[in-house]
Amino acid sequence: MKAFTYQRADSPAQAAAAAVKPGAKIIAGGTNLLDLMKLQVETPSNLVDINRLPLDKIEETPDGGLRIGTLVRNSDLAADPRVRQRYGVLSRALLAGASAQLRNKATTGGNLLQRTRCYYFYDITKPCNKRSPGSGCAAIAGFNRIHAILGTSEHCIATHPSDMAVAMRALDAMVETVNGQGETKVIPIAKFYRLPGNTPETETSLKPGEIITAVTLPPPPPGVQIYRKVRDRASYAFALVSVAAIVDSTRGRIRSARLAFGGLAHRPWRVAHAEQRLVNAPANTTTFTAVADAVLEGARGFGGNDFKVPLTRRTLTGVLSESTTQT
Amino acid sequence: MDDHGSDREPDAPMRFEVDRRTVIETGTTALLLAALPHAAVAAGYASGDEPPPPPVNLELQINGLRHSLTLAPRTTLLDALREHLALTGSKKGCDHGQCGACTVLIDGRRINSCLTLAVMHDGQSISTIEGLAQGGNLHPLQRAFVEHDGFQCGYCTSGQICSAIGMLAESRSGMPSYVTEDLTKSAAELTDAEIRERMSGNICRCAAYPNIVEAIKQAAGMPT
Repeated sequence: MKAFTYQRADSPAQAAAAAVKPGAKIIAGGTNLLDLMKLQVETPSNLVDINRLPLDKIEETPDGGLRIGTLVRNSDLAADPRVRQRYGVLSRALLAGASAQLRNKATTGGNLLQRTRCYYFYDITKPCNKRSPGSGCAAIAGFNRIHAILGTSEHCIATHPSDMAVAMRALDAMVETVNGQGETKVIPIAKFYRLPGNTPETETSLKPGEIITAVTLPPPPPGVQIYRKVRDRASYAFALVSVAAIVDSTRGRIRSARLAFGGLAHRPWRVAHAEQRLVNAPANTTTFTAVADAVLEGARGFGGNDFKVPLTRRTLTGVLSESTTQT
Repeated sequence: MDDHGSDREPDAPMRFEVDRRTVIETGTTALLLAALPHAAVAAGYASGDEPPPPPVNLELQINGLRHSLTLAPRTTLLDALREHLALTGSKKGCDHGQCGACTVLIDGRRINSCLTLAVMHDGQSISTIEGLAQGGNLHPLQRAFVEHDGFQCGYCTSGQICSAIGMLAESRSGMPSYVTEDLTKSAAELTDAEIRERMSGNICRCAAYPNIVEAIKQAAGMPT
């Protein structure tokens, strides 16, 4: 780990003002940042510790939703009775991620901002456009079992590794931010993450020095909530494919559905016209196949991850079938 | 060329640490070290580097005892315990939060001490394996690991035991897990499947898992 100076933030705006300086980085749980710093993928010269700021509360919002402070730990969010009762998909997604030790440390904002687990991003001896813009992508013609099949570019095929963000995408969460001038902003999660394009090093719509203060969940939509994660181990592994589903159906007919996918792209993946196909549709194989076709439109494997296309299809069919027989 | 061995603080005892990649990549480490002034090597900085950032003062309450420390900010909690306080019971396995050998309890919650900085925990209470036995009596989990042969080489054991203490507390407080069937129930019954899922952050290379599960069940007062 490269040496750095350390400071503790007094307020969110002060943290944002400190973080805008070159070489500065915010640290909260640190479970991803310190990992990357040990490998010198990240080499900040100044760490701004926000752990003691009062941003660790989960509050009811007037419209019946929840406002989650950015420092709420993943384990506390998963265990919150309101989350378990009303946002089961989020609780399940959190519990599907990492280990208990890591969830005890990892924060809500930090989970959203964690970096890809692409092997080549982590290996500083290999080219990677995300880590070192312009150096190339070693994954496209390399080992790419865990990589993206949707929304890729010729510069990057990394996936976003979060489970939590996939559930939040299905729930239409809103990300609240503050900058060094104290100006606040609310970013819908649909607009929070970017595709790699020509600038895979820029992963979110956050401006330099803008920091996350909270994530707000609108009132829960009606329906059964499911998070299904397919991975190489039964526990403590990143998703190959995951599906966050909220499906409202009655007697074999679907009223509405939301579907978000992890492990497939540079951001949690959601396809509006695929969900539209489920409105007033019978819950049968024909419907599920048409929806899978719509979700996987334009999907492309890179050799090692070709299996993700049929795996997504089967996982989605399983989830839709389960969610429409649970009512 | 990066500053190998630079994780050592200026005040730490001088030690030559050469990682495998350095040797493989350069094959010239010994030459390089020989060419550097002694003080620069001891401080972990190659000549021409920026001077090190100032150390920070902090206080940690470890196993009930207060310790005042002056550390480089980049010192992980694990390195503070092992290298500065000679508490070597917490182990460095992977040093990347993947194996759980470094698990300690902070204010009663289990965490990976390799993935956090000591300075971030100024003023907090930390329990390590060294603090579990009381007056010569092993902690019930320590005793259960011995009785059920919950280890082979023993390298992961201190992490397994600290993790199990945190896990049982989480379970008693109603924390669900990925395998908990009904999230809306306030507390899930501890089963073999629950224990295995909740302990998945602790890897045992010797695969003593069946005996670890039995040891935890005994300590939790479950039939074994």
